[in-house]
Amino acid sequence: MTALAKLLKTTAFRLTLLYLLVMALFAAFLLGYFALNTRRLMNEQIVRTVDNEIEELTGQYEAAGLRRLVHIVESRANQPGSSLYLVTTPTGAGVAGNVASLEPGVIERTGWVETSYRRLEEPDGGEHIAVVKVTALPGGFRLLVGRDLAEREHMFRIVATAGRWSVAIVLVLGLVGGVFVSQRVLRRIDAMTDKARLIMAGDLSGRLPVGGSGDELDRLATSLNTMLERIETLLRGLKEVTDNVAHDLKTPLTRLRNLSEAALRHATSEADYRQALEAVIEESDGLIRTFESLLMIARAESGEPRADMVVFDAAAIARDVGELYEPLAEEKGLALRVEAAETVAVRANRELIGQALANLIDNAIKYAAEAEPAAARLPVPAAAEAVSADVGAGPAGPVPAGAGEIEPAAGTGARLLLDAPPMFPAAPADVVVSAAVVGDRVELAVADRGPGIAPEDRARVLERFVRLEKSRSKPGSGLGLSLASAIARLHGGELRLEDNAPGLRVVLSLPRPAPA
Amino acid sequence: MSPILRMPTVEASPEGRAVASDAKGHTMRLLIIEDDRDAADYLVKALREVGHVADHAADGEEGLALASHETYDVLIVDRMLPKRDGLSVIGALRTKGVTVPALILSALGAVDDRVKGLRAGGDDYLAKPYSFAELLARIEVLARRHGGREETVYRVGDLELDRLSHRVTRGKEEIVLQPREFRLLEYLMKHAGQVVTRTMLLENVWDYHFDPQTNVIDVHVSRLRSKIDKGFAQPLLHTVRGAGYMIRDGAR
Repeated sequence: MTALAKLLKTTAFRLTLLYLLVMALFAAFLLGYFALNTRRLMNEQIVRTVDNEIEELTGQYEAAGLRRLVHIVESRANQPGSSLYLVTTPTGAGVAGNVASLEPGVIERTGWVETSYRRLEEPDGGEHIAVVKVTALPGGFRLLVGRDLAEREHMFRIVATAGRWSVAIVLVLGLVGGVFVSQRVLRRIDAMTDKARLIMAGDLSGRLPVGGSGDELDRLATSLNTMLERIETLLRGLKEVTDNVAHDLKTPLTRLRNLSEAALRHATSEADYRQALEAVIEESDGLIRTFESLLMIARAESGEPRADMVVFDAAAIARDVGELYEPLAEEKGLALRVEAAETVAVRANRELIGQALANLIDNAIKYAAEAEPAAARLPVPAAAEAVSADVGAGPAGPVPAGAGEIEPAAGTGARLLLDAPPMFPAAPADVVVSAAVVGDRVELAVADRGPGIAPEDRARVLERFVRLEKSRSKPGSGLGLSLASAIARLHGGELRLEDNAPGLRVVLSLPRPAPA
Repeated sequence: MSPILRMPTVEASPEGRAVASDAKGHTMRLLIIEDDRDAADYLVKALREVGHVADHAADGEEGLALASHETYDVLIVDRMLPKRDGLSVIGALRTKGVTVPALILSALGAVDDRVKGLRAGGDDYLAKPYSFAELLARIEVLARRHGGREETVYRVGDLELDRLSHRVTRGKEEIVLQPREFRLLEYLMKHAGQVVTRTMLLENVWDYHFDPQTNVIDVHVSRLRSKIDKGFAQPLLHTVRGAGYMIRDGAR
């Protein structure tokens, strides 16, 4: 595409042309109006003065007769200027004045007429144009008074010329300006287009140039850059996930392959083969589970509206799932307690919330169990000691029942103890599942007293496949928390990780349903 | 892409073999509507090995025709089929008044797909890839359910469960169970002599269809076992390796 064709195609240039046309028309109209009006004004002035003069001359004629009229006319006609005078006899023969010849028939008719004429003082001169008024005087004489129009025409010509020039100048300046502006815009657009091509070609870190003037192009570029930023983040996330998927699926696949190969090489008896096949099945089950979780996360994250959201009791779910896991906790030597209000209505997908809660409780049990070897968890005395350590100066043994008399200044540790419900005197449950309404949210929480998660790691563990220990030795796909988080987001909620001091408190916070 | 199918693990234990071949002593007639030739062949073969007879239809129309004219104990229907979708096959059968129980097999495992399947007239839903033991346990329960067994009192050996008074006794001893333990035992006894998988227990006793990550069900079952079998010479609650659990009077 040639530069000119490109220029002609730009919106800026076309707009400039359009404006130019409108401006030129406007200027032409304005000047035309001005010229016509001037002409009209001049005409009016001519008419007025000629009328006055005729009136005056007629007056003189009536008062003092022809001789007086001729005298006045002669004296006026001799003065230089644009005035025309002619007095004729009834037959049309000139008596006095400065007109040499007129168009035929002009003197016969009374009233206003525009005519060409020759002046007496320049009989060989060219014809002039004048506007004249002819009056019949009593006695058959005729009086003609007029004004040469050269002045008017001259004025009109000046205005017309000015008009043509100004239109031409507007056009030229406009064109030059249009080209200049369009090229400027075009250059910036070209720069943006080039950059966009580069980005499309794969340089995702590229950004569109922003001029800094804050104009509409800058705003557009800024918006597009924000969009690119988001896309880049998403793609980076996708890449990380793909890498993790590759790692976490390839590892079990490799184990699967190794198991099978080893069996082929070494197995000698049916029992050997059976054992190998069972190991293969177990490994595949892990793979399938990982796949299922990934699919669920993907579906939850795609955020497709689900038809099966119903209002149900979150407290009941907390109790149900808590009860489901309670024996497992007990088997690991942990106490699991459910603290839930009577009913906590929530609008959600029951299965998904159940799954999320199950993941959280499963995690809590896994980590709490690992954190506390069974011997260290003998509840009452150990916990009482911990409390007295908090109080500092307090008695070394179990806190007596009368501890209520301790002054508030004695420390928060003591007050904490006093505020605690008497049913759970010292040993807190290792895993607490709770459901409660907090403000306009419904919060399902699972708290453990395990090692917890350092604040800087909390955002990271919600990502797919992240397990904090590097060895990845513990069972689990690393998808539990990210699945719970995806489920929370699908319901318009969030998953929050808090410090349970010690341990971790995971809160699944959901919007409270509007009362029906 | 052919689904990952697993070798039947029922024969992994002597108990499993017993269940498969002679515990119920009756042969089921099954129709498999599945377009994947390999998967279908495998299923037909595996079902034959455990003593059942299976027909195969490769598309929805053929499946509908076979199911309408022949008598089967259970239909195993894939969801995505050529010519006619699995759900529509079941819907058409139900409209015709054919009440044969249908198990839907699908690669779509998510919760709402399952709900859709059951709403369309399916009786059970199993997501691919599944274990053959799971499939077998489910079709056996489906076939039996169709026959109907809703007694007030379930008896296995000297263990008795009264569904009205919620009393459980073994011999002369009364056994005190938590409500959930009662429901667990009730479900196991309702399907006495049949393998009941962990997923089936989670679905029917807890009414959840999610993956519990850890085998929490095992802990519940072993708790129950310690209440009903501990101190008795004859254990009734058996673990079927690779499949699930079964309550059975071993003395018989």
